[in-house]
Amino acid sequence: MHQAPRPMPPELADKLLRFFLADDRLEEVLGDLHEDYRWQVNRVGERRARWRYWWDAIGFLKPWTLKRTINKYPTPTNTTMLRNYLKIAWRNLIREKGYSTINIVGLSVGMGVAMLIGLWIYDELSFNKSHQHYDRIAQVMENQTLEQGIQTYGALPLPLSQELRTQYASDFKAVAATTEFEQIITYQDKKFTRFGNFAEADYPEILTLRMLSGNRQALRDPGSVLLAKSTALALFGNSNPLHKLVKVGNRYTLQVAGVFDDLPHNTSFKNVTFIAPIKLLFESSEDMDNWRSSSFAIFTQLNPGSDFGHVSQKIKDVFRKHTQDKAQSSLFLYPMADWHLYSEFKNGAYAGGRIQFVWLFGCIGLFVLLLACINFMNLSTARSEKRAKEVGIRKAIGSMRSQLIGQFFSESFLFVATAFALSVVLVQLVLPTFNEVADKQLIILWTNPIFWVACLSFSLLTGFLAGSYPAFYLSSFQPIKVLKGGAFRVGRFASLPRKVLVVVQFTVSVTLIIGTIVVFRQIQFAQNRPVGYSRNGLINITMNTPEIQGRYDALRNELLATGAVSDMAESSSPITNIWSSANNLEWRGKDPNRPAAFGTIAITPEFGNVVQWKVKEGRSFSRQFSSDSLAFLFNEAAVKLTGLKNRNGGPPVGETIRWHGKDWKLIGIVKDMVMTSPFEPVTPTVFMMNTNERSLNVIHIKLNPVLSAHDALSKLEPVFKKFNPASPFEYKFADEEYAKKFAAEQRIGQLASFFAALAILISCLGLFGLASFVAEQRTKEIGVRKVLGASVFNLWGLLSKDFVTLVLISCLLSTPITWYLLTNWLDNYEYRTELSWWIFGVASLGALAITLLTVSFQSIKAALINPVKSLRSE
Amino acid sequence: MKRSYLGEFEEIVLLTAAVLELQGQAYGVAITHEIIEQTGRSVRLNQIHAALDRLEDKGMVKSEMGEPTAERGGRRKRLFTVTAYGRRTLQEIQEVRVSFWSRLLNPLNSLGFGALG
Repeated sequence: MHQAPRPMPPELADKLLRFFLADDRLEEVLGDLHEDYRWQVNRVGERRARWRYWWDAIGFLKPWTLKRTINKYPTPTNTTMLRNYLKIAWRNLIREKGYSTINIVGLSVGMGVAMLIGLWIYDELSFNKSHQHYDRIAQVMENQTLEQGIQTYGALPLPLSQELRTQYASDFKAVAATTEFEQIITYQDKKFTRFGNFAEADYPEILTLRMLSGNRQALRDPGSVLLAKSTALALFGNSNPLHKLVKVGNRYTLQVAGVFDDLPHNTSFKNVTFIAPIKLLFESSEDMDNWRSSSFAIFTQLNPGSDFGHVSQKIKDVFRKHTQDKAQSSLFLYPMADWHLYSEFKNGAYAGGRIQFVWLFGCIGLFVLLLACINFMNLSTARSEKRAKEVGIRKAIGSMRSQLIGQFFSESFLFVATAFALSVVLVQLVLPTFNEVADKQLIILWTNPIFWVACLSFSLLTGFLAGSYPAFYLSSFQPIKVLKGGAFRVGRFASLPRKVLVVVQFTVSVTLIIGTIVVFRQIQFAQNRPVGYSRNGLINITMNTPEIQGRYDALRNELLATGAVSDMAESSSPITNIWSSANNLEWRGKDPNRPAAFGTIAITPEFGNVVQWKVKEGRSFSRQFSSDSLAFLFNEAAVKLTGLKNRNGGPPVGETIRWHGKDWKLIGIVKDMVMTSPFEPVTPTVFMMNTNERSLNVIHIKLNPVLSAHDALSKLEPVFKKFNPASPFEYKFADEEYAKKFAAEQRIGQLASFFAALAILISCLGLFGLASFVAEQRTKEIGVRKVLGASVFNLWGLLSKDFVTLVLISCLLSTPITWYLLTNWLDNYEYRTELSWWIFGVASLGALAITLLTVSFQSIKAALINPVKSLRSE
Repeated sequence: MKRSYLGEFEEIVLLTAAVLELQGQAYGVAITHEIIEQTGRSVRLNQIHAALDRLEDKGMVKSEMGEPTAERGGRRKRLFTVTAYGRRTLQEIQEVRVSFWSRLLNPLNSLGFGALG
């Protein structure tokens, strides 16, 4: 009988289902589909039936039908197996002590480093977050387009604050101008020099100070002061500070109207130890309406619903409306969230800041952890030959692959758990030192759930990373091959992944070594920069009390009479900083639309002698010429900026500069002095004798080199006490102040070298383990070679050669990486060292030496073994 | 009255399964075809399977694999039987509906006047 060919449903759809559907479903579903198909063919024809078939098949790809393991048998108790895994893992751990130690030490150091860095990053990222309205606070900043490019300033005139408060009340919840001071605070016989603020009334509100007594609004009363808890405690001990009278700067007697909790270490305001009303700084309300003096920081808190970008646009031109001489200036809001990590501006836009360090350390932490994981993987796979039999037997007697994977993972998790416990102990031990180096107050966040979640996930991740390779690799062995007896041989390329991992490790290590060398060289380079003055025995004393101001000449005479002082001068800024600037100088040939910014410093004529600067052209100030009160000295940078030349094309001594409606005569040019950042170009600076323009704040004293600094200072103290009995005698050495400029870089350098050392340690641990494994594996070969007459040196070379090759490859690889990274980093600095080839050479040689040291121990040990022993077993 | 919630679709599937069970034909594709033919709904096979799964989870049907059939390419069917609980649930649904219907058809009855007319 003839039978028409049966219409067959689409095979591809069946394949799809076979692939995706759970096994226990497949039969029934396919059966139903096929049956349905035939029914549909009769009903709607073959073409549409096929279409429907597809449509239905896809309909089955739902979560409830998808492939998953369904346990057909009741599981006895899952913990039984887990207990068994752990027991075996524990026995393995105990049996192979050396190997376990290397792994656990490596892992715990890696995890410890990662944890430290994690804490550090957490601290950096949570900077300022303790302020309640963190996301709505901003500082008002100004961008000025100047000859040098766009410069960003945070110092603004006081009336701007009032203007913003009243004209833009719908956007700002609070606006407060403030200025920071170091002042002497006195109560009865107790005196302290403290940093604090003179601020407008909204300031405590913006900072959301936690008041312990009194209230935040107290600054509206101009006779009041708020103290931080620590200040109050220092002044009053346990007695109630409220309503007591304290003297601030020996000038203002103020009533304590409130005590606020100390600000946490990680905020931009950690220095605030007292807050006094800003009105105290002014004698009249007209003084307070001066748009020309920009010396206040203005902080704002936005209303909910206003956003920074929008408000920035609105207030852009507020300042310019009130001043005529600023050609190009615009205001913008600088959100608190960016203050700490994005603190550098270049051409009016963010140019990074600490965020770079966060990234840098984040990468280092990850890499160090990765190195530790690599060790684990390498050692496990290296030992795979040993464990191959175990795997074979287990498989032969019916272990499923998933069980073996479970076994290996539980081993790695046991390692990780032990390492984690150790790493917590390590971190706890290292934390005090780390805090000192990093200038932080980190603690292990025992009570913070985020910390535990992070630790748990990072342990799991480490366990997974470290265990994945052994688990999947070892469990893939074919029992038949392994058990055939000695026939199991890892193929030619079996050790390739291991080699790649070693290369990765050493690339990271060498990169870190080179990075550390360059960071330190850059610091060295900047420290050795010629500063243009002499720091020897140079101290400065800030005058923050009225007693000294005005009696300077008498003070000078008495100090010189002690013999401890070789000379002394006054100026408006310390030698290591420039406190004021001007951008409204006019000179011949200047483009009137491009203002240029100069540092401005008022000095007394002895200043040059005290700091021992070098006058390159013309002459310095002198008391003999009364006309010098309208004279300028330029530094070389200022000459360059103005482009001034005299008629003959020579140095512009004798030129006239117009400033504040007067003609100033340029009488001399001094050699550049590094007064601001040693990494930046020298600030163009104008020196003047005129104290109406800039007031004198700092006394510079050159100590007599004949006496020791200690003796000299002990002679100075009584004189200062006599003139200024109310103040503590506080001085700063210029060289110490200068050294502080490198603190940030130094800190980074120290931390980086610390981490680099640990990275190398971890890599070497891994290498040590691998070398011991290789030596063990080749024991017989070595025995044979020895018998045939190989020398110890031969054998040592044989065993070390492979590792040396790997490390050499790492050195080659790390060179372009470090070259790229470090060139980028150095680009941040105007004054920077060059990357020279020898650094790469030294780092490579260093890495090589360390490798040889590590490997030699094992290879020499192996080479010295008596061949009788190693060959006896056969 | 408390029982597992049964959706309208599930109810139809359960009912169809109960009917087809009498002929030993209560399995996925047969139920699908029966529903398509009886109700005119365009249901899809996978929807029926999902509904049967849910019913099985709720304990209203049980299933076991049947004998291989040639027309299915030698594959077995999963044959469903409605459990006692499933039947009772169907009955309760039916009773509730009947009681409502009777009140709708004969409003006086529900007011307690008995069969007056």
